[in-house]
Amino acid sequence: MDPIALSVDDLTVAYHRKPVIWDVEFEIPQGKLVGVVGPNGAGKSTLLKAIMDLIPKASGRVEVFGKPYHQSLHRVGYVPQRESVDWDFPVDALDVVTMGLYRRVGWCLPIRKKHRDAAREALARVGIADLAHRQISQLSGGQQQRTFLARALVQDADLYLMDEPLAAVDAATEAAIVELLKQMQADGKTAVVIHHDLQSVPEYFDHVVLLNMRVVASGRTEDVFTNENLQKTYGGRLTLLDEATEAMRRRERGI
Amino acid sequence: MMGFDWNWQLDGWIVAAGILCAVASSLLGCFLLLRRMSLLGDAISHAVLPGLAGAFLISGSRSSIWMFVGAVIVGVLTALLSDFIHNRGQVDEGASMGVVFTTLFASGLLMIVVAADRVDLDPGCVLYGAIEQTPLDKWDFPWLGIAVPRVVVVLSIVTLVNALFVGLFFKELKISTFDAALATASGFSASLIHYALMTLVAVTAVACFESVGNILVVAMLIVPPATAYLLTNRLRTMVILSCLIAAVSAWGGHVMAIVIPSWFGFRSTTTAGMMSVAAGCAFMLAFLFAPNQGLLPRLVRQQWLRWSILADDVLTLLYRIEESARIGVSHSASADGSTFAVTAMPLTQTVPWVAETLLTNRFAVKWAIRYLSWRGRVEPAKANEPGSESAESSEAASVLPKLTAVGRREAETIVRSHRLWEQYLVTKVDVAEERLHAKADRFEHFTDREMQEQLDEQTDSPSIDPHGRPIPNPDQD
Repeated sequence: MDPIALSVDDLTVAYHRKPVIWDVEFEIPQGKLVGVVGPNGAGKSTLLKAIMDLIPKASGRVEVFGKPYHQSLHRVGYVPQRESVDWDFPVDALDVVTMGLYRRVGWCLPIRKKHRDAAREALARVGIADLAHRQISQLSGGQQQRTFLARALVQDADLYLMDEPLAAVDAATEAAIVELLKQMQADGKTAVVIHHDLQSVPEYFDHVVLLNMRVVASGRTEDVFTNENLQKTYGGRLTLLDEATEAMRRRERGI
Repeated sequence: MMGFDWNWQLDGWIVAAGILCAVASSLLGCFLLLRRMSLLGDAISHAVLPGLAGAFLISGSRSSIWMFVGAVIVGVLTALLSDFIHNRGQVDEGASMGVVFTTLFASGLLMIVVAADRVDLDPGCVLYGAIEQTPLDKWDFPWLGIAVPRVVVVLSIVTLVNALFVGLFFKELKISTFDAALATASGFSASLIHYALMTLVAVTAVACFESVGNILVVAMLIVPPATAYLLTNRLRTMVILSCLIAAVSAWGGHVMAIVIPSWFGFRSTTTAGMMSVAAGCAFMLAFLFAPNQGLLPRLVRQQWLRWSILADDVLTLLYRIEESARIGVSHSASADGSTFAVTAMPLTQTVPWVAETLLTNRFAVKWAIRYLSWRGRVEPAKANEPGSESAESSEAASVLPKLTAVGRREAETIVRSHRLWEQYLVTKVDVAEERLHAKADRFEHFTDREMQEQLDEQTDSPSIDPHGRPIPNPDQD
């Protein structure tokens, strides 16, 4: 049995007291390429952010490589959604990639040549070495996503959390990113990837988490990526659960 | 030289105070702007007033350290309070900021009015300060041998602190401004950096408040960074440029405050106000003339693009005329009669005909021809050439020129792009035939060599286009 890279236990996150994810529980063995799938509003991004303590949890425990998240901070790499940042920000692609190294550089210390070299190397690995000094708004969508991935690469983490890295990219970029993910897996890395395209799931991922507010199923792709489970995941929200939380909210607000 | 008496003892210190305030503010302003929080800087610099007034009412002194601390605390509270109201009350961010700072500012003004009976603090001073009085209140520095105005000393310290903050934490400010989630995940708490920035904004606002007034801080927090943002797309350059712009505006503002009113027979006006106006003028200049984003350079680039497209069109039309003479009109007419005038080529082609075909006027076509011949792409057709019907000498000016070898090669490249595009659009995209030409006509001007090769590859290197015309290849001739 592989050691556990990420374990989530009884995780609930609420927004304005309305649960977004509820009683989420799963374990991810080390070295897996994991697809997180579920309908819109199923709480996929929320799950990743809650794992990284970027948003407050109502309850739950997260362990990364057997330790609480804040003790394994340096072993976790994050690729946010492309739309989450301002692409007009006055930096070039190399700058963005270098940001992945800031943790290793430490407070107040400047970026040195070896850091920039590492960043250049990562850009080369994702195939856009020639765009290092281009302002980021002048990159295409696929190139922006590759920049983000290069930044994740230089972080040299053991567990990667990626929010839709394959959303709205061209076919060439998708192929390049998937290739890179497989390479990372071969190097012993674990990647948890939010994915929207059900068709390619069995091809890309060997482990799946089906999410719709709670975990419908999680495990090896061939075991859990079944029609029955997909039906449960996509077959409408759990309306009774919704109604119960709505009633709770009304009572608490005194309406 | 300047047309007025420049007194280093007076004007020098005033300008020094202005520059220090401007630089201190714009250093922080860059990050406020990029965080889309320029308004928060404005809010904080207004909201420090009740802190100042309250501390003043309690201590009864204008220069106490408590006054400073009290104002800074209220300033930071503004940021906290508007965050709180925004998040908890589900009030829009701008509205919650507006509620907090107007309430605080107004209550500060009320407190000053109450206090005004007892002391020399007046509401007018709040807005544009008393920068002109800078040189009057000096501290002696015996070991330096000079007396430095108190305001200049305080502002120097604030500027130094801000510069150190931005210098030391440049990397941290950059990452937390660009991607707060990554910053936090990397161990640089984004909210810690946020409140450190807000504290320094409050400190700067308070330090500048009594000396140069509120209006200059607000202007310098926003205007120089916004100007620099138009001029560069590198963060480091932006910070340095905005400091320079701030400093020059401060100096220029003071000169303008003395000089400009005298042209109209008035006495000199308020320096702080004029410094802000100068910064606004700098912004206008950048807005109009910035190399990349300026209004005029953009206009010029657009015109230039249109012009070079017209020149390309004229060149390719000349090529098509040549071509149809070579391979015969009947051939092209059989392909497709409706889309393009070239297919029904008249026997004599003149400038007016070209203008009509390209949907432009004769004047533009003549200039395009002149431009092309200047670049050596065309040469005048010989008047006595057989078949050119030189009889009507009055129309000689309208006769079209001939392509040179260079021009023909260039035209072939463009026509090749055009026809490859048509082929591509037919075979890969299924564009309706009657719309083919218009689409390809647009793309042909933006197709570089690499794209051309890709097109060639993806359309299986065709030799004729969908209309049956040959696709030229200048490399094979």
